[in-house]
Amino acid sequence: MKIYLKIWRQKDASSKGKMVDYTVEGIEGDMSFLEMLDILNEELISQGEEPIEFDHDCREGICGTCSLQINGRPHGPDTRITACQLHMRSFKDGDTITIEPFRAKAFPVVKDLIIDRSAFDRIQQAGGYISVNTSGNTVDANAIPIEKDKADHSFNAATCIGCGACVAACKNASAMLFTSAKVSQFALLPQGRVEAADRVLNMVRQMDIEGFGNCTNTGACEVECPKGISLENIARMNREYLSASIKG
Amino acid sequence: MSKIIQSSIARKVVMALSGIFLVLFLALHFTINFTSVVSPDTFNELSHFMGYNFIVQFIMQPILIAGVVIHFVMGFVLEIQNNRARGVKYVQYKGSANAPWVSRNMIISGAVILAFLGLHFYDFWIHEMAYKYIEANPEDPTRYYAETVEKFAPFWRTLLYVLSFGLLSLHLWHGFASSFQTMGVNNKYTPSIVNFTKIYAVAIPLGFAFIAIYHHFNPIIH
Repeated sequence: MKIYLKIWRQKDASSKGKMVDYTVEGIEGDMSFLEMLDILNEELISQGEEPIEFDHDCREGICGTCSLQINGRPHGPDTRITACQLHMRSFKDGDTITIEPFRAKAFPVVKDLIIDRSAFDRIQQAGGYISVNTSGNTVDANAIPIEKDKADHSFNAATCIGCGACVAACKNASAMLFTSAKVSQFALLPQGRVEAADRVLNMVRQMDIEGFGNCTNTGACEVECPKGISLENIARMNREYLSASIKG
Repeated sequence: MSKIIQSSIARKVVMALSGIFLVLFLALHFTINFTSVVSPDTFNELSHFMGYNFIVQFIMQPILIAGVVIHFVMGFVLEIQNNRARGVKYVQYKGSANAPWVSRNMIISGAVILAFLGLHFYDFWIHEMAYKYIEANPEDPTRYYAETVEKFAPFWRTLLYVLSFGLLSLHLWHGFASSFQTMGVNNKYTPSIVNFTKIYAVAIPLGFAFIAIYHHFNPIIH
């Protein structure tokens, strides 16, 4: 296949970026999207040009690193996958593909397609954990019986890989789905209830400080999330937040 | 108030609560208006009661105006903040791939409804305030039906009202069920809430439009 590409190039965080046109040939349908970019980069390097910087690590949909807005959608046209799991068979010969970094004020571009998602780390650090004494007297988590339904919902919330597709898809660049998944995975478990009120208040406060937008319940985040994180989590976080605020 | 502005969830809750309040008011407004089609005398009686009852005029009316102002002001505040949250816009953004138009453009339907409210206040509320409190006219429990029908004589006004009701329908289509999600309600009742929202969002604006069109084509013959 011959593919025409329009890719965002930006020298560094302080530079002004622009879309640059490229053409790449000899692309097979079984190649992954990132392999297609690898081939383009090898060509650019052989021509003495600066390769296109993009984030990637596991290349199997686990790490959540590949943050690419492909043809106007996070992780591309297919659902429930990350950009690294996208294959070129989803495109056809002669297609033009637009590739941009995830856009949000809280996700500044570092270079080309690489963004700084440390805002998510800071939200996690604000309360996305349980305080456990690990001095040797730690109780085995499995010693506490947990209802199957709650355990399943908690597990589903915990599958969030923090890729940022929810923010990228949301017209408001809201991080409510991410934050709510991290709140929910603990709020549903007895171990997480102990610090539940402080957790939700602190994580939402940090989310607001980072400059993410407000959720308007369009549901775009749920559709684009590669792990299928549900809007139920946002409703749960809102309940947790309101309850914690009222109790003071 | 500053604390409310600082929390994104609190801002959303203010939008949701004021929105649910306005949805309830719409049902009351429609019920009274519909009597103008089936029983002009009942419409006159109800309008006179609403216009001169102390609780309605000096307690419920200020609460309603506050609800409208809070909903619109907070809506625009949220829109400004949301625009700022994405400083650099996408070259290509396929919003239609993951969310319906109505949910992504509440600010447009809301702005049209706000403009309509300006016309509606000019047509009825300002006229009513002037009649009672500026011109200090005597009470006339029989005037409301004729005044209402007369308003819908011009085609342009009837058309503007009907178009506005169309945008109101779109606004309700997303907004009503969305309010419950914001308030933390997402459970086995959610499909029923969504279905009720769709029925309400079509039935109420359609009913308002019917009343406007009915009076346009059924003028009072003097």
